[in-house]
Amino acid sequence: MDRSGDMLRVAIWRSRGDGGGFAHYDVPREASQTVLDVVTYVQRRLEPSLAYRFACRVGMCGSCAMTVNGVARWTCRTHVARVADGDRLEIAPLANLPVVKDLVTDMREFFDKWARARGRFGGARTRRDDFARVDPASPARRAADAGIECIGCGVCYASCDVVRWRPDFLGPAALNRAWTLVNDSRDTAQRERLAAVAGDAGCHACHTQGSCTERCPKHIAPTAAIAGLKRATARAAVRGTLGAEPR
Amino acid sequence: MKRAAAATAAGRSDAAGRVLADAIRQGRRWYWQRMSAMVLALCVLVHLVTIVYAVRAGLSAEAVLARTRGSLAFGAFYGVFVLACAVHVPIGLARIAEEWLGTAPRVADAAASALAWLLAALGLVAVYGMVAG
Repeated sequence: MDRSGDMLRVAIWRSRGDGGGFAHYDVPREASQTVLDVVTYVQRRLEPSLAYRFACRVGMCGSCAMTVNGVARWTCRTHVARVADGDRLEIAPLANLPVVKDLVTDMREFFDKWARARGRFGGARTRRDDFARVDPASPARRAADAGIECIGCGVCYASCDVVRWRPDFLGPAALNRAWTLVNDSRDTAQRERLAAVAGDAGCHACHTQGSCTERCPKHIAPTAAIAGLKRATARAAVRGTLGAEPR
Repeated sequence: MKRAAAATAAGRSDAAGRVLADAIRQGRRWYWQRMSAMVLALCVLVHLVTIVYAVRAGLSAEAVLARTRGSLAFGAFYGVFVLACAVHVPIGLARIAEEWLGTAPRVADAAASALAWLLAALGLVAVYGMVAG
């Protein structure tokens, strides 16, 4: 439906010295308009000091996620027509992350947790070795494929109640990343990784509520990845190999 | 198991050792709760079917006891059921106590162990009463 000519009543979170509050703007409604289009319109026409973050505008970079009408979403691929409550749109920064200014959050803790979950590939081959051969149909490769397209937007992290309750929880994205590497037959840091993702701050804190899986814009299922990590860490813990030095 | 966890964690810094010991503890607890849950799923199903059957058949307490006394199959089944409960319930309660009441892991583990022994003892005494009483 072409709603050109209608106006959107947009509330956008603005930082102030005392923390901040919502400021209201009227934005013309356009056909196929995205939430990022609305924020860009406000910044370019109405409020030049509005801070927000975006880069690719096509759902690849993961930098434009915000809370839209109470739900964390990637704004560049979210059409206003799908999420507006009548003519109302409320746009806030992502939850569970410190706000730098307005709609910009500090993602350091989010990505530091990827490092704490051993989210970095550790290989043993050099450029002089032959290519590793990985069967694309193998269960491990399929499990890695299921989670590999994460763009690091932070939507799952902002939607996770466990992150809200206990800020040390590694969160769905970091654990999903770890699970893709647990299933990487080339990786050589498996024992350390399983030890890093187990325990109170790791996969065992997850309550399997599934908000991450429901909200992930890439349709990844971090809940399934975390369940996989629980199985893998339990096996290692019972066998006594969790965190043990390889022989 | 605690000794093994401590041995695995030995030789590392205190903080890293504590994190690893917690990881091992959580991994094992999850394993045993999942294993006991698989046993309980079967036991609860058989238990419910048995109850519905017994009630429909109009069995009295005496008639039930007449069937269970001397039945090794009954004793073995409910013995396993009791042991699965004794493993499963304390682990779950310890987790809830840690998360919701902020109970220290050592205290929660001690209380869970005591509860496990209590459940096992009371349950096995009851099973013994049904079979041999």
